[in-house]
Amino acid sequence: MTMPFYVSPEQLMKDRADYARKGIARGRSVVVLGYDRGIAFVAENPSRALHKVSEIYDRIAFAAAGKYNEFENLRVAGVRYADLRGYSYDRSDVTARGLANAYAQTLGTVFTQESKPYEVEIVVAEVGQSAEQDQIYRLTYDGSVADEQGFIAMGGAGEQITTGLQERWTPGMSLGNALGLAVDLLRQDPAGGPERTLAPTQLEVAVLDRARPRRTFRRLVGPLLDALLSSADSTMDLPADDDPAPGRHDTLTGKSKPPQRPKPDRS
Amino acid sequence: MNLRSGGGEGRLPAAFMTTGSSSFTEFIGVHSPELLPSRRPLPLSGTFDLPHGTTIVALTYGGGIVMAGDRRATMGNLIANRDMEKVFAADQYSAVGIAGTAGLAIEIVKLFQVELEHYEKIEGTLLSLEGKANRLATMIRSNLAMAMQGLSVVPMFAGFDLPSMTGRIFSYDVSGGCYEEHDHHSVGSGSLFARGAMKKLWHPGMDSPAAIRVAVEALYDAADDDSATGGPDLSRRIWPTLAVVDAEGLRFLDDDSLAAVVEQIVADRRGNPGGAR
Repeated sequence: MTMPFYVSPEQLMKDRADYARKGIARGRSVVVLGYDRGIAFVAENPSRALHKVSEIYDRIAFAAAGKYNEFENLRVAGVRYADLRGYSYDRSDVTARGLANAYAQTLGTVFTQESKPYEVEIVVAEVGQSAEQDQIYRLTYDGSVADEQGFIAMGGAGEQITTGLQERWTPGMSLGNALGLAVDLLRQDPAGGPERTLAPTQLEVAVLDRARPRRTFRRLVGPLLDALLSSADSTMDLPADDDPAPGRHDTLTGKSKPPQRPKPDRS
Repeated sequence: MNLRSGGGEGRLPAAFMTTGSSSFTEFIGVHSPELLPSRRPLPLSGTFDLPHGTTIVALTYGGGIVMAGDRRATMGNLIANRDMEKVFAADQYSAVGIAGTAGLAIEIVKLFQVELEHYEKIEGTLLSLEGKANRLATMIRSNLAMAMQGLSVVPMFAGFDLPSMTGRIFSYDVSGGCYEEHDHHSVGSGSLFARGAMKKLWHPGMDSPAAIRVAVEALYDAADDDSATGGPDLSRRIWPTLAVVDAEGLRFLDDDSLAAVVEQIVADRRGNPGGAR
């Protein structure tokens, strides 16, 4: 009979943490930052279908870096948590703090009890009535929670981007400037190589817009995103109205083409 | 809400982490079945006088659909509520109106609204109009046991179908049967009279102001002959709830526009109570 080698608890936890950190570092980065009218999320993500940033509830959004299947599982759990809470109490009783706690307990239990920790780092953000009331929580693979002020960067180049944000982010930036800063920092090569070019199509950009009623989460794509990111264009903020074109309400394209009126069946 | 059952201390229970389902109803059926309207233990016998909602009308027009409901809830021969809302936005492109036991009906509508939003968030796409209509049918079907004890709920669902760019109306029976209706339909105690009115007033290819007028006029005729349907209440300024769904989404008509429509109809019916034309 073979005896298993003794591994000290410290070593065991360290090995798990190293494993999770390596997994997260392989992923592309995500930046979450406050601007004058809300909270912006910018992720390097060429996919239009597999999201790194998503809506959880009226004023709450979720962003993640790391292993897709693991954070997708957490995202779905978060939507269920929020909808259940809103259904059994009231929409105003769903808070980012409650969700961050539930995530922290879940990640913590998985880290200590399961064979492999989740290789994810997530952000739960809630937009308040004013910038002072915005809440941004960062949750790491071991279940630790940090309440961050203003901005967060995670993923492969997370540390480097955080340094950049500390130097250049200021409270009350316009959306255009905030997105410009995020893309500028995402462009840097963590290995110290030359700056990469990031086209708007390689980015996933979304906001929680303080001014909108009820569901505040909006994805930004198409001409609107091009205009916000372009230094030549003067667009610095979102249009107050949603797209008139029929379809999902949560995507703003900036196209103002009026919907085609259907022809009556018989007349 | 119980978040502590199963798993580690405080960890989200297994039902939250299960993959595969994007239905909120299925999720609470597993996690907290007591929240489902249909999973309630029923008394063996006895009847109650519970508030009942009454007449809902819906009709299509050139650009989409109009759905309207009166505001009265009755309890036996009494008026339980004068300004109840019976037409709701199910989501951005559809409306649901309810007749029957008011408490249960509102609970089903609330669950239905969460169901649609939940699907939208988890799947990242809108459910098709028929998909929504079928989800509602499932909810009504699971309510059959209660319907047989007198707690019946009969909804009407209507919305804008994005692929065909037309308005469509679906009606239900208490067993969960879902039927697509053409042109116009009505449910509730005053529906016979409202249907009769719409048969004579509805025309193909109407514009939205004409459709709004027909909907309100049909409710007027229902209230004229059905004591459980509330007529225009000019002294309290209570108007019907009216939702318009078109390519731009759903909007409720505001009180001022409704007041104008109702006052016009009341003026036109003076000396001509049946609205003969």
